[in-house]
Amino acid sequence: MATNVLALPRAAEPTGIMSWITTVDHKRIGILYLVTAVIFFIIGGIEALIIRTQLATPSSTLVDPATYNQVFTMHGTTMVFLALMPLNSGFGNYFVPLMIGARDMAFPRLNSLGYWLFLFGGLLLYSSFLIGGGAPDAGWFGYAPLSERAYSPTHGIDFWILSLQLLGISSIIGGLNFIVTILNMRAPGMTLNRLPLFVWGTLVTSLLAIFAIPSISVALFLLLFDRTFATSFYLPGGSGDPLLWQHLFWFFGHPEVYIMIMPSFGIISEVLATNSRKPIFGYAAMAFAFAGISFVSFTVWAHHMFAVGMSPLADAIFAGMSFVVGVPTGIKIFNWLGTIWRGSLRVNTAFLFAAGFIGQFTIGGLGGIMLAVVPVDWQITDTYFVVGHFHYTLFAGTVLALFAGTYYWFPKMTGRFLNEKLGQIHFWLTMVGMTMLFLTMHYVGVLGMPRRIYTYGPNMGWDLWNLIETIGAFIVALGVLFFIVNLFKSMRQKATATNDPWDGQTLEWATSSPPPAYNFASMIPVNSPRPLWDAKYGPHSEFASNPKKIDLSGGGNANVHLPNPSIWPLVLTIGLVIIAIGIIFGFNGGALALDISSMGMAVQSLPIAFAGGIVVFFIGLVGWIAQPAG
Amino acid sequence: MSAVGKLEHGAHRAGQALETVVDQAHSQELHAATSTGLDHRKLVMWVFIASETIFFAALMATYLVNRGKVTPEDGPEHLNLAVASFNTFILLFSSLTMVMALQAIENAKKRRMIFLLAATALWGLVFLGGQVYEYAELIANGITFDSNVWSSSFFALTGFHGTHVFVGIIWICMLIIRALRGGITENNHLAVELGGLYWHFVDLVWVVLFTIIYLI
Ligand SMILES: [Cu+2]
Repeated sequence: MATNVLALPRAAEPTGIMSWITTVDHKRIGILYLVTAVIFFIIGGIEALIIRTQLATPSSTLVDPATYNQVFTMHGTTMVFLALMPLNSGFGNYFVPLMIGARDMAFPRLNSLGYWLFLFGGLLLYSSFLIGGGAPDAGWFGYAPLSERAYSPTHGIDFWILSLQLLGISSIIGGLNFIVTILNMRAPGMTLNRLPLFVWGTLVTSLLAIFAIPSISVALFLLLFDRTFATSFYLPGGSGDPLLWQHLFWFFGHPEVYIMIMPSFGIISEVLATNSRKPIFGYAAMAFAFAGISFVSFTVWAHHMFAVGMSPLADAIFAGMSFVVGVPTGIKIFNWLGTIWRGSLRVNTAFLFAAGFIGQFTIGGLGGIMLAVVPVDWQITDTYFVVGHFHYTLFAGTVLALFAGTYYWFPKMTGRFLNEKLGQIHFWLTMVGMTMLFLTMHYVGVLGMPRRIYTYGPNMGWDLWNLIETIGAFIVALGVLFFIVNLFKSMRQKATATNDPWDGQTLEWATSSPPPAYNFASMIPVNSPRPLWDAKYGPHSEFASNPKKIDLSGGGNANVHLPNPSIWPLVLTIGLVIIAIGIIFGFNGGALALDISSMGMAVQSLPIAFAGGIVVFFIGLVGWIAQPAG
Repeated sequence: MSAVGKLEHGAHRAGQALETVVDQAHSQELHAATSTGLDHRKLVMWVFIASETIFFAALMATYLVNRGKVTPEDGPEHLNLAVASFNTFILLFSSLTMVMALQAIENAKKRRMIFLLAATALWGLVFLGGQVYEYAELIANGITFDSNVWSSSFFALTGFHGTHVFVGIIWICMLIIRALRGGITENNHLAVELGGLYWHFVDLVWVVLFTIIYLI
């Protein structure tokens, strides 16, 4: 079909900046997600270092309280929405179609729309520093009434609301696309009980996303109405209720934790099985545990609210359900140990990160069980114990798994290995640094240090622990520096990775490294969760011996029909961003935090910007519909 | 069954089996059979609707926790049950015309389908007209978006639903344009089915809203 915007040859890899902007190839979109999210991860990390430097010594004056609030809000928001979620999406985009033997995602252009909404949502959030009169400053949880206009008068929170709405649309679109892709585009023979566990993790995360995010969308709309149209949904003075925010937020917020970690569970399973040269132990139990955790995760949200004074019965129910989460999670931990047990281990950096994950994440899980005990929670909620706990789940959980996944899949994505020596330095620095940083937080929390304070007095007995934490933070940062250097250094090496460098089990290793645009020219039969292993060693073989060589890339099949590149997802996104800016400035009767007219733009023109955004949006929509998809 | 009949039957079965094999071989191709047998677009529509239920559930929960916080004269008493009942009837009727539109194109009656789609869109507009009328009445009684938590919740809930109806009307108009340009035929009418799914969902949401706002 030559009616597309850019008539590019199908199977040949197009190059140049336009080919990236209009790409609908799941692998390229995956790389865009990963690179963008790593940049946001570094920015969020720098914010973390500012926080830790401020807290390193008592009575520090590095940043003032107002700036501190903005920095920790941006750190949390960035890490959750702009780093961890999109890093999972990036790996999912790249590997889910490969692992199920598909040519692309079900909706390639929606996939591209998801990426652009993510990028521009992030840019919109960060533009608040420049044009919002200050960044959002009410925490990543945005508790009302702190996030109301009276207590946060700059446009920071408005930017936060609108950018989270864009990011939410992005995640829902991504979730829909993953669900349809995984349910509908599996290779012949790949039944649901033969899905690789990373695919299971992505499926479950996607289901969580589409059911959890609408709740925060509503919460954010109501907050926007409070701030813009003088309603009082969350204002007790107008018989509203701040707890409504907390319920709507945590109905999203707790599943969100699992949205961030389910794909990580999948990555750990893949890395451990491959590097133990064994099938995953207890595959069915692992798959059921995914389903179990995701279901239970919608029934525990109020464990974030024990301190607000719910009824004892409500406390008991939510505490009980929170304990239940420990069961499927424990099943996973033991299955991972069972996978390593008596395996023929290949101890590379990916394996080290995965093994480190098991130990460290278990600590995070145990902290969670402690917090689920209501009286304990009353004592230590809002202290650094909680901060230590969730960093043990999200850093020791998700981030370690993402590092493991990077070392594992980098050869597939680039044809190049990451340097093992630098990798191991990265690993040990991370382990030592994070333990000093986050384990200590538990202790100083028990000593009574509250969260979210910008400084503390010298006579509290917290000085030493805070200093240790800060040193730990810089050690982690040093590790990340080694990682970044490793990425750049390895990209300049010769491409030496074969199709299947780790003697893998799943289909992504059955094509070239990196894979051709059409992924596979032919498909091997799928009779188990590890089709490539069966093809190499025969079915039912537990352990490896003399692999058969498999190559399905078929060497340049130029006749495969691939979807057309498209510019319309980007146009749609730009329309939505203009609408968002129009809402932030155009509908606010209050004083503007910044004199926009000094930037050559009349304040009165902002409603016009809003209308203009709608026009751009519709141009994008019509262009999208008019363009043939394939 | 005669021997020849049996043979024919057997040959037919073999042919079907062969077709299945060929189908599977092609399942890697775009536009080919899917693992579940459902078209991608149909599946995504269902999952999207599932997601939307949470959106409305959150708004309804907001309404329900706030409805008892005001005295009747601050809002609830000024609701117009007659208009809302009429609107409910109109929207249910529009679902019927939507079903008939799909049936029409399945029977290759394109002009009839276009007529019925237009009727559906028109009912949607009448519904929005009724909603505007009720809003105007409330505002005339001094009840606006920011009057109290009940009015805020009411306008937010019905406003978001009305927006969904509005989107549905635009969707149907696009279907009509597409049909006029020859893009919808008796063999290619999934688009009508998808628009219908959305429209029925929006109607169903209204039935629930009507119940919790006007009846209980
Ligand atoms: Cu939780």
